[in-house]
Amino acid sequence: MATIAVNDLPDGRRIVALDGRLDASTVRVLWPQAHEALAQAPGKPVTVDAAKVDYCDGAGVALLVDLVAQERGATVEVANLAPAFQALFNQFDPRRLSQELDPEARRRPAIEELGRAAAAVWKDIAEQVTFIGEITAALFYAVLRPQTVRWKDVWRVCERVGADALPIVALISFLLGMILAFQSAVPMKRFGAEIFVADLIGLSMLRELGPLMTAILLAGRSGAAFAAEIGTMRVNQEVDALTTMGLDPVRFLVTPRIIAALLMTPLLVLFSMLVGLVGGAITMTSFSIPVVTFMKEVDSAVTLTDFLAGFVKSFVFAILIAGIGCLRGLQTAAGASAVGESATRAVVSGIILLVVVDGIFAVTYYVLNI
Amino acid sequence: MAANDPLAAAGPPRRPLGDVLIEVEDLFAGYDGTAILDNVNFKVHAGEVFGILGGSGGGKSTILKHMIGLVPPVSGRVRFGGEDIVGADGDELERIRRRFGVMYQSGALFGSMTLLENVRLPIEVYTGLPEDAMTLIARMKLALVGLDAFTGHLPSEISGGMQKRAGIARAMALDPSILFLDEPSSGLDPITSATLDATVRRLAESLGVTFVIVTHDLPSVFASIDRVVLLDKKARGIIAEGDPRELRDSSPDPRVRAFFRREPEKAAA
Repeated sequence: MATIAVNDLPDGRRIVALDGRLDASTVRVLWPQAHEALAQAPGKPVTVDAAKVDYCDGAGVALLVDLVAQERGATVEVANLAPAFQALFNQFDPRRLSQELDPEARRRPAIEELGRAAAAVWKDIAEQVTFIGEITAALFYAVLRPQTVRWKDVWRVCERVGADALPIVALISFLLGMILAFQSAVPMKRFGAEIFVADLIGLSMLRELGPLMTAILLAGRSGAAFAAEIGTMRVNQEVDALTTMGLDPVRFLVTPRIIAALLMTPLLVLFSMLVGLVGGAITMTSFSIPVVTFMKEVDSAVTLTDFLAGFVKSFVFAILIAGIGCLRGLQTAAGASAVGESATRAVVSGIILLVVVDGIFAVTYYVLNI
Repeated sequence: MAANDPLAAAGPPRRPLGDVLIEVEDLFAGYDGTAILDNVNFKVHAGEVFGILGGSGGGKSTILKHMIGLVPPVSGRVRFGGEDIVGADGDELERIRRRFGVMYQSGALFGSMTLLENVRLPIEVYTGLPEDAMTLIARMKLALVGLDAFTGHLPSEISGGMQKRAGIARAMALDPSILFLDEPSSGLDPITSATLDATVRRLAESLGVTFVIVTHDLPSVFASIDRVVLLDKKARGIIAEGDPRELRDSSPDPRVRAFFRREPEKAAA
């Protein structure tokens, strides 16, 4: 409990007497009262009498400091504070604390922000091109000297990228096949053409959706993991340690991940294609099309070229996912939030690149009549 | 020893012990069936600066985690004014924890907040003070550790030592009666470290704040700590307890004297 009493002396001085315990619970009430006592006596010198203050913690000292720092055309002084509390009070310079020593940076003009964003995009593109060169050199080096590759790391990453991703790839591909079949079979049934759903599922799963969906899943799963893993190493200065030991981070960290992704992504794409067809076939049984009939129709509609057109993409997608994940990891800045930002950037730029490259594949196949 | 040798320092004047504030009783700690601490007992008195000392792997940080209720021990009790933090949960644990502040080894600042926002956060959550008061208190805490000119900086924009000092400021934000400091002087330059030691003494003597400090920085121990327990890895527990200067000068155990005199061939593990 604490109270405040105001007394004006004949010499024009105002006494603001504080009594009791000054801590957060009492200062909450006293703060506006004390400031009002000062505001009511503009130009008058004020003495804050703390003789009856029997406890004063940080909140109490803050009140005294703030009163002394008030700019009101006359002085405010604190008197009779017990020596222990006076020592605490003396640690602070009220004038200094009332100044803004480290103001937050003012927001830049919009045009400057735009210019900075454009420069950042340009710098990022330049870094990606440089990184492609570094990866290419590192992969050539790995092919010429396979004994320099850390195969133990490769197999470890293979397990995480490949085997561990199998359930989610299976689930999504199965549901994708089912949904595609169901959504297309309902309208096609009106024309008695539901058998051609098998053609649609076969072509779309093998040429487009199998590789693309698998790649998007891997970008979210493994690309983000690569970025977070390497980003954490960057924050912990492990990447700096590699560099100062004369070990190239790209060769040491990126090559095993790209090799693992190159080995596992095509296998996962094959698996996705197969499971997608199974999903479609199961759905079509409810439209009175047996699995055998469905598979025969797929066989007649899909050529080896269609399969290879989709399968080839998986190698390119693997390099994109692993490459962008590792690049974002290596670009990680300082701070705890930086790793999260790197993982997010890995997923976003990975998916954008996948879709763009898939579009390039589609145009190329069209031009080449594949 | 030379007159200005920090290891020969006379240290703060001896103060009478207050009431028992924290009691660690029959504490057993370990991981995966391996005992790190076996049957540890000690008491921390109100208003004293208490040190937990020992070599690396001796269980200093483990004891701290048990004391602040982050990790439950295998068995044993840690009482704050009679209330056991081991096994406490929900509101009870929160109530006990509000009585103390903790500074973690790395500072553990929130990366997305400025230093001022970091220190202001507990004040905002728990006090209900006016906006101006909350900001001023946060600035004062940062001024205490010499960071009032960095209030608008993010943790990623300052050095590791500064992050640690800001962590101390945040731990002190609510003027807790007990402050736990985990390796407060590691990573700090000698001047900042000495300033921090002086701040600890001032807070202990003027406000009666109780400090529990995990450290192995001997100059800081002799400059600011009233009483210590010395942990030994091989003994899996406490091998000495008392005034660090007395232990340095007259402990009957050669391992203890060697630890305080930095003589590796005889020191405790």
